[in-house]
Amino acid sequence: MNGRARFAFTALAFGYAFLYLPIVLVIVYSFNESRLVTVWAGFSTKWWQALFANEAMLDAAWLSLRIALVSATAAAAIGLAAGYALARAPFFFGRTLFGSLVIAPMVMPEVVMGISMLLLFVGSEQVFGGPDRGFLTIALAHTTFSIAFVAIVVQARLADFDRSLEEAAMDLGATPWVTFRTVTLPLIAPAVGSGWLLAFTLSLDDLILTQFVAGAQSQTLPMRVYSSVRLGVDPQINVLATIIVCVAACALILSGWLTRRKV
Amino acid sequence: MRYAIALPFLWLAVFFLLPFALVLAIALGTNAPDVAPPVELGFSLKNFALLFSDDLYVAAWLSSLRIAATSTLIALLLGYPMAYAIARARPERRPLLLMLVVLPFWTSFLIRIYAWMGLLAKNGLIDQFLRWSGIAENPGSILGTEWAVHLGIVYAYLPFMVLPLYATLEKLDTSLLEAAADLGARPLTAFLTITLPLSLPGIVAGCLLVFIPSIGEFVIPDLLGGTETLMIGKVLWDEFFTNADWPLASAVAICLLVLLVAPIALFQRQQARSLERRT
Repeated sequence: MNGRARFAFTALAFGYAFLYLPIVLVIVYSFNESRLVTVWAGFSTKWWQALFANEAMLDAAWLSLRIALVSATAAAAIGLAAGYALARAPFFFGRTLFGSLVIAPMVMPEVVMGISMLLLFVGSEQVFGGPDRGFLTIALAHTTFSIAFVAIVVQARLADFDRSLEEAAMDLGATPWVTFRTVTLPLIAPAVGSGWLLAFTLSLDDLILTQFVAGAQSQTLPMRVYSSVRLGVDPQINVLATIIVCVAACALILSGWLTRRKV
Repeated sequence: MRYAIALPFLWLAVFFLLPFALVLAIALGTNAPDVAPPVELGFSLKNFALLFSDDLYVAAWLSSLRIAATSTLIALLLGYPMAYAIARARPERRPLLLMLVVLPFWTSFLIRIYAWMGLLAKNGLIDQFLRWSGIAENPGSILGTEWAVHLGIVYAYLPFMVLPLYATLEKLDTSLLEAAADLGARPLTAFLTITLPLSLPGIVAGCLLVFIPSIGEFVIPDLLGGTETLMIGKVLWDEFFTNADWPLASAVAICLLVLLVAPIALFQRQQARSLERRT
């Protein structure tokens, strides 16, 4: 190994150790006999059993999954429209505003978005008498937040995409809508799919926005985890973390496969 | 095409623009604890005046800036060598190495911060290690200090630093470095005069992607920091949830936005430029 290779190896080894050691330890300690996460007291699956008997946690997980499903689908549809408009309509009135508006939720501090969306829902309660805070308001907030991520993936895909296919379809007499449905959409479907997956993950993971708009009745999984974690370390959370890491690894492999599939 | 523009535009106008107008309106109102919602509309600047005169808020601003800037710098120092090494790795290995950087980002943010709580606590593994190795006699708990907050931010946002850096370093023309070597430049000189300046767009993008979210960070200072760790995102949260002072929390939100206008504008301009280069 020459000097440069050794440097590269050290940088990567240190970086990956930093990224993965904490996660590995969390997984290992989910099988710990003791309640303490600092002492290894032997192998046990009792925290796994405890988590799967924890009704409140399971209910929260189910609510989170349903919200993620709804909001990711809505965000994929709106994000697709936004990304398509940004990539295919170079000039229209208000395009600069449109572009910044689409990207803005990505860089907005979540506490700011949280308070602003809550004020919107409180305002609409005052004026229209609804909607009640809960599933719907959380799903609306998550959708708004995720649109940007789908739009960017779609726009990037459309930017390096062979336009002659679309032009050929138009030359052969297809209307813009038919062209979009039969040519463009199938070709950018992988991008929409991975955008959907990203939106799904973001929704499943969101704490701050959710805490603002959730109201008193609904508790999502991150809200439960947060209130439990605030009180200190809890082996059940280690179990949950292990499950999340496994699911995320599978999702990432799936998403990589979707985006790498060549047209 | 009309619908493709109208649908997102309307959605974002209702759920993104309108709410900000409301935040501004509430920030100008006064706190009214006896009514629900606890706000009396009006036009007073006293919330903003309070934010600029009260030492607590000023200190929170400054320490947010300081913590975000320091963490960004640490992330850059850690992320640059990683991105460089990945960009110089054999091409068939790069996708795997990159995926390993991105994977933690796909797991729960909350869980990743939680992972550090056990590690940093008193009698936690790091504490035990420091004592065993003799680096520190009685290190005690790192949890609850500003160090823990820095560590959490670097850990959580490192992928955001590595990815844009990798994108610029990968495109770098290595023949430039060969030319420099042929002309007698030492590796360090070549790095400082060629690689570093050419990777500047990646450095700027990476730093902004770490700096912007860490300014308003709430979860990390709340779980890893102590009571004396002041960050503006946490101040907003406490004003809203603990003190139920909606107008003051709204004023904090407005100020946070104003603080971020410059970095966000810079980021957007850079994104637009790099997108133009691609098309």
